[in-house]
Amino acid sequence: MNGGLIIITIQDTVLTTRGIYKSFTGVKALQNVDFTLREGEIHALMGENGAGKSTLIKVLTGVYTKDAGEINIKGNDKPVTIKSPQEAQKFGISTVYQEITLCPNLTVAENLFIGRTNDLLVNWKKNNNRAATILKGLGIPASPTQQLSNCSLAVQQMVAIARAVDMDCKVLILDEPTSSLDENEVAKLFTLMRDLRDRGVGIVFVTHFLDQVYELCDKITVLRNGELVGEYQVKELPKVELVAKMMGKELGDLADLHNKALTDSDDAKEAVIEAEGLSSTSGIKPFNFTAHKGEVTGFAGLLGSGRSECVRAIFGADKVVKGKLKIKGENVTVTSPIKAMKKGVGYLSEDRKRDGIIGDLSVSDNIILALQVMKGFFRPFTKAQAQAFADEYISLLGIKTASADTPISSLSGGNQQKVILARWLLTHPEYLILDEPTRGIDIGTKVEIQKLVLKLASEGMSITFISSEIEEMLRTCSRLIVMRDLHVVGELKGDEMTQDKIMYTIAGGVSQNV
Amino acid sequence: MSKNNNKQNTDRQASLLKACTRHRLFIPIAFLAFLLLINVFINPGFLSISLGKDSGGNPVLIGNLINIINNATELVILAIGMTLVTASSRGQDISVGATVAIVGGVIMRVLCGSETQPTQLHASIIVALLLGCLAGVACGAFNGILVSKFNIQPMVATLILFTAGRSIGSMAMGGLKPKAPSSFGYYGNFFPGFPIPTPIIITIIVVAITYLILKKTNLGLYTKAVGINDKSSSLNGLNPTLIKFLTFVILGLCVGIAGFVQASRVQTVNPYTIVPSIEMDVILAVALGGNSLGGGKFNMVGSIIGAYTIQTLTSMLTTLNVNTNAVPVFKAVIIIVLVAIQTPIVKSFFSNKVKISKLTASDGKERV
Repeated sequence: MNGGLIIITIQDTVLTTRGIYKSFTGVKALQNVDFTLREGEIHALMGENGAGKSTLIKVLTGVYTKDAGEINIKGNDKPVTIKSPQEAQKFGISTVYQEITLCPNLTVAENLFIGRTNDLLVNWKKNNNRAATILKGLGIPASPTQQLSNCSLAVQQMVAIARAVDMDCKVLILDEPTSSLDENEVAKLFTLMRDLRDRGVGIVFVTHFLDQVYELCDKITVLRNGELVGEYQVKELPKVELVAKMMGKELGDLADLHNKALTDSDDAKEAVIEAEGLSSTSGIKPFNFTAHKGEVTGFAGLLGSGRSECVRAIFGADKVVKGKLKIKGENVTVTSPIKAMKKGVGYLSEDRKRDGIIGDLSVSDNIILALQVMKGFFRPFTKAQAQAFADEYISLLGIKTASADTPISSLSGGNQQKVILARWLLTHPEYLILDEPTRGIDIGTKVEIQKLVLKLASEGMSITFISSEIEEMLRTCSRLIVMRDLHVVGELKGDEMTQDKIMYTIAGGVSQNV
Repeated sequence: MSKNNNKQNTDRQASLLKACTRHRLFIPIAFLAFLLLINVFINPGFLSISLGKDSGGNPVLIGNLINIINNATELVILAIGMTLVTASSRGQDISVGATVAIVGGVIMRVLCGSETQPTQLHASIIVALLLGCLAGVACGAFNGILVSKFNIQPMVATLILFTAGRSIGSMAMGGLKPKAPSSFGYYGNFFPGFPIPTPIIITIIVVAITYLILKKTNLGLYTKAVGINDKSSSLNGLNPTLIKFLTFVILGLCVGIAGFVQASRVQTVNPYTIVPSIEMDVILAVALGGNSLGGGKFNMVGSIIGAYTIQTLTSMLTTLNVNTNAVPVFKAVIIIVLVAIQTPIVKSFFSNKVKISKLTASDGKERV
């Protein structure tokens, strides 16, 4: 809230919102959010999962209508109501989304002008010439008659931007434009963005790459849990403070709890997983990682920093392109999850609904699935065996379900997660990856899962625990791998494991030299 | 005491009744029973089965029921394969009629060579059956690759063979229409001296094998898992591509067997008219069995009952002398009703009604 003194001069403010509220059934997505964008600035909109970034953008572009609050746009005396994306464009607000929303089977020029002319007859020769001028003016390396799908992703993004700019946009919103671009392409895009800034366009830049914010932006607005944390000048906000604000922590917060019993020297213990220079098609940079018997390791970092991608590479869920992996000292190439499973690796995936549960199947089928697949196609468990497994884990984990035959989709989130946990425990893994096992579940179940993790580790299982909640990581993990922008930037253990240290490492850690 | 006992009894009966009506197979079975009842009403001798003699003087079972069960053979066998394809790929194979024509063509070519009226078979029948099944499996594999590997919508992928299949069947026979010697006809009719139609025996064998496969392997669980959530399935070590492919191959095998029975019935194949629009009847059988055509969970028994229901309906409409051109319209109307009452909206509407009537009934009791 103490974002420094900002002098607002009405003349060059192009967009302001005051007290925006928006809620969906039971969820307050935005509460009293103020946002100010001036001409000729690049303004980063930052926040973790559920912070309200996308909701705010959708309110600004007319996809959602706000519940309360004011939106002022330069050139309008009164506050405006934006009812649809078409109206937003009329007010001069254009958005370019992460996924290209143009038509890949049309030419560049067609994409620039489609849906914008009222004339029934189109003079394409004239349009092609005009397109050439626009592209040249913005320095976009594409020819008007080229088919869009033949251009690189970066050029496609740029064409989308050119279209927006040509529609006289005053506000350009770029939602994660760089997440599928390589470094060269990002540089080209940034040149274009700087150029537009110099022409006076106000740019809202949504990204989860911290370094890009500091390279390009003038101001930062941070949201958290649907509320405004503050607006800051990039120059005045050290990276570590930004991380702290996004996570909702204060630097110097002393409330660090963690299990000291687990921070013993674990180098002596047997290594279960040894990854060396591992990288996959998901885009993570090669990383080194070791997990020992009886140890709880964690991957810490902001949303999109590559936590899940690391463990998915170990489990064979993403295609590994480089590096070596040893499981219990044995060199292995894991090309598919079943190979990792047979080596004693289990993976509870991040998105429970999308990648975890098999919705219409019963609780008992969901529990036995992984073990059944390992056992083989021709050796199904009998109904009695499945029932016995299900009963054992339903009572062991306290799963609240009407019966083992109830479809898993009718259970609450926490109980669904316990079923998936039971699925992996039943395979008796030596190395278990828990990717956000506590997201979206009630506090009681959260604590139960944390306790279970510590118990399993004390019995000798090696566990990797990933969570967006830093306290939870500190409470359960004995060693933390810290990540930023798809790089591993540090490793913390013992007394180094404090919130401050984690945030400093996220902000300023040096990437692993692999 | 006796009052109490009575009450307990009626309660138990009520809950048993409720469990029955809640059962997934209740509507399919009830509808089949209803159709049979109408048939009995129209023709009191409908259910009777008698031992008669065919033109050759051999003993054969005669009766409407026998005819229905006999004629449903192809439908039942294809419905088994279609159920698996529907569950795993969340779509349907519309090429089964056309691929039956291919299988029929291959079998006739194998049995008759390039003669139109051979007096002797050119190959043993087991060879013809195996090559017919191979042709069916090849078609299934072709569809399966398009769907599982290239992610083409099942209906679009199978449109290719739907369009081309009957011509391919004709080409397989070299453009001829041969008629095989009558000994080939035993498989689609009767073995001399054995009174039960052979197709019924073949159905029993296929259903038994299906039962064993579903019991002794994980085909059912894997198919359901992939159909419900293929991302999750692959993170649990399954290979969704392979499983989808496998279900199409199994359907191909079913097409092979069905084509063999069909060709044997009249010992000749007209690829352009053989099993007309059977693909729609097969898909309807799956739907009538209470299976979602959107894939996921399936109930094999339901599909088999559905196949017999469709056959009963078809034969009933024929008995009623409904114009053959109008039969599809009647079928369509009845099927719309049947499928509609199995949708969740209608189901919940009825269960609410039941609850309300029960409430008012108990109110009445208390007042008395």
